[in-house]
Amino acid sequence: MEQAVQAGLVIVLGVGGCIGYFYLSNMLLDHVLFPARGPNMGRNINRASMVRPWLFLFPAIFALGLYLAYPVVATAWMSLNKDGNFVGLQNYTQMFGEPKFWESMRNNLLWLVVVPALSTAFGLLAAQLTDRIRWGNLAKSLIFMPMAISFVGASVIWKLIYDTRPEDQSQIGLLNAIWLQFDGGIGSTIGLRVVPALLVALLIAALAYGAWVMARPLVKSGTKPGPVQFGSRLVGTGILLFLVWNVVGWLAGIFAADLPYGQAQTWLSMPYWNSYFLMIVLVWIQTGFAMVILSAALRGVPEETIEAAILDGANPFQIFFRIKVPQIMPTVVVVWTTVTITVLKVFDIVLAMTNGQWETQVLANYMYDKLFRSLDWGVGSASAMVIMAMVTPILVWNVYSARKEMR
Amino acid sequence: MENIAGKKPALLWAVHISTALLVLLWIMPTLGLLVSSFRTGDQIVSSGWWQALSTQEAQMPAIRIEGVEAPKDGLFVIEGNLFEGAGGLVSHWGTSSKEPEAYAPGDIADLGDGRSLTVQSDGNFALSSAATMADARNPRIFLTASTPPEFTTANFINVISSPMAGQSIGQAFLNTLTVSIPATIIPILIAAFAAYALAWMEFPGRPLLIAAVMALLVVPLQLALIPLLQLHNTLGIGKSYLGIWLAHTGFGLPMAIYLLRNYMAGLPREVIESARVDGATDFQIFLRIVLPLSFPALASFAIFQFLWTWNDLLVALVFLGTGNDQLVLTGNLVNLMGSRGGDWEILAASAFVSIAVPLVVFFAMQKYLVRGLLAGSVK
Repeated sequence: MEQAVQAGLVIVLGVGGCIGYFYLSNMLLDHVLFPARGPNMGRNINRASMVRPWLFLFPAIFALGLYLAYPVVATAWMSLNKDGNFVGLQNYTQMFGEPKFWESMRNNLLWLVVVPALSTAFGLLAAQLTDRIRWGNLAKSLIFMPMAISFVGASVIWKLIYDTRPEDQSQIGLLNAIWLQFDGGIGSTIGLRVVPALLVALLIAALAYGAWVMARPLVKSGTKPGPVQFGSRLVGTGILLFLVWNVVGWLAGIFAADLPYGQAQTWLSMPYWNSYFLMIVLVWIQTGFAMVILSAALRGVPEETIEAAILDGANPFQIFFRIKVPQIMPTVVVVWTTVTITVLKVFDIVLAMTNGQWETQVLANYMYDKLFRSLDWGVGSASAMVIMAMVTPILVWNVYSARKEMR
Repeated sequence: MENIAGKKPALLWAVHISTALLVLLWIMPTLGLLVSSFRTGDQIVSSGWWQALSTQEAQMPAIRIEGVEAPKDGLFVIEGNLFEGAGGLVSHWGTSSKEPEAYAPGDIADLGDGRSLTVQSDGNFALSSAATMADARNPRIFLTASTPPEFTTANFINVISSPMAGQSIGQAFLNTLTVSIPATIIPILIAAFAAYALAWMEFPGRPLLIAAVMALLVVPLQLALIPLLQLHNTLGIGKSYLGIWLAHTGFGLPMAIYLLRNYMAGLPREVIESARVDGATDFQIFLRIVLPLSFPALASFAIFQFLWTWNDLLVALVFLGTGNDQLVLTGNLVNLMGSRGGDWEILAASAFVSIAVPLVVFFAMQKYLVRGLLAGSVK
């Protein structure tokens, strides 16, 4: 009860304080400092309107500076200190020497590629499908719903799916129950080797094609892309080639793997693959977001371009991939970067599901471990700076596009 | 135009079916936990939640016979029903845990000492004895039976009204509410003024400020944890509600300013210009014209910030603390997963208590949420 009163008081005080500040400071400006009357009326009005923006902006600038800008500098400084003494880059070298750090980096890179890619792909698919049917809005709503669920709640939800019971009890985890349906017969061969192999081969083809489209202007003579475009295309090609390489490994694995049929699996302690099981949770949450934005973008594609394509005899797939997707590419980039930022901060899912055990550590959780469990603020700050370094390209891109927009 | 994309009947069917599959895939996880939260712990561990709606055969926990004996045909007899009226079908039964399926329905088991027991397939039992059983310990019955689906709200009542020590959901709920409401309202106020200044006031350095906001939009809040905790300790705020409100305000501001500025900049210039010509000050224009017109953007940011603060774990752990009376719902849930990871009935019910409010907000205000997302991303 006391707490509720306190909270209510804060709301009243906070809101009242804010309104009071804005109201009183404006009154002060208009009636005391530069009153709009008397001999200097014109000059006073001009002066007042020069000061006023800063009155409006002051609380925001103050809060942004104190809660976001200052900490960046302070963390950078702290990462160069240990127990109050300046130690240069020692924290970084110590961190680079830890295998757990490299494990986090590896996992983070994997997360960074897989989660945005899958979320965008599923979002695009869902947007394209739901826009064509009458119950599309209901379907959208249901796919969008996980967005409202906390990462921790989602972890509980998915942990039930990945649950494993001892051999002699019935499995209550959906994944294991499905897994136990496969017995190594012809059905399993088709379901677990042929179909996945086909899907993966399709994925490889799509990725390789994407890489080729990305890289084409770089290798073709005659075209000269600008430095920004050159850089982003190089990065894009690199990511795609990395993916191809990764996925070819899966293809080999699909045929070579000796699958333990009939045994319940502990999915979350399965090395390498357990990271994917964690990523699925985030993909599940983020797909709705991608879908909503991409669906709006798809609806914004000019009708004439599609009609022209139909008249030229394009099939639905050609219309989708050659007409619609290129036109919504800027939105795809926005979705991709937004999901990327979310991925870099991902912490709750790993903490709640595995707490970084079984080689699932990611940077944000590694940092939390260092800061609040080992109480090693130097190394913790250093790992925070690594996260900062990873978002910096997006930050630069944001500022660049803001400037472009302002012109 | 009969043949255009998406209009062919076959293709349309494919679209319907794929959408249905996708939706099913997406709601299945949540549905699983929801169904589980209405089942008893025994039910959850003995069969998958997808079997909850069908009649199923399972071995039930042992039942000790209870009842008042009555004389009948010169014997003392206890009669009753093992399902207590809930219905069910016995397929096997037994009197010892070693042989739980020793007898078929209708068989008579000799328990020694002149006692005998019989169980019918509908669950009726009769225990008869030559001597009075008033002082004796009654035998246990082990049943293998098919029982109809059964759901209970006991889990929710349990987690809300009689929590385990240190896992009070009620307290955590209140804490979460205390964190998220002020943390939603305060940044909106501050951001609205700033957004108006950035959208409609002319002053030197405006582009620079907008670029700065765009830059801060992506700064990971991980960086802010330690410096701000130190700052709060120096200021004497420490780990308290005031600290977490300020932190959420700071972290939410870039998004708020960005969304609101985008929206305000799109308002018709004539309205604002004509108000200026009529002699309104910026403060009046803001309060009387821009703020009411910006209601959709304000609402969408409010929903964002509310969902974000309600669902947040990291900021709450760092700025509010990890003590039992400081835990928010998400922190409480993480603790439960650690300490009672196997008690799915508790976990499922707690999880649903914690996601109920965001879900209600989500479904009620979805329109604004979508609008806000679009304002932030599509240009």
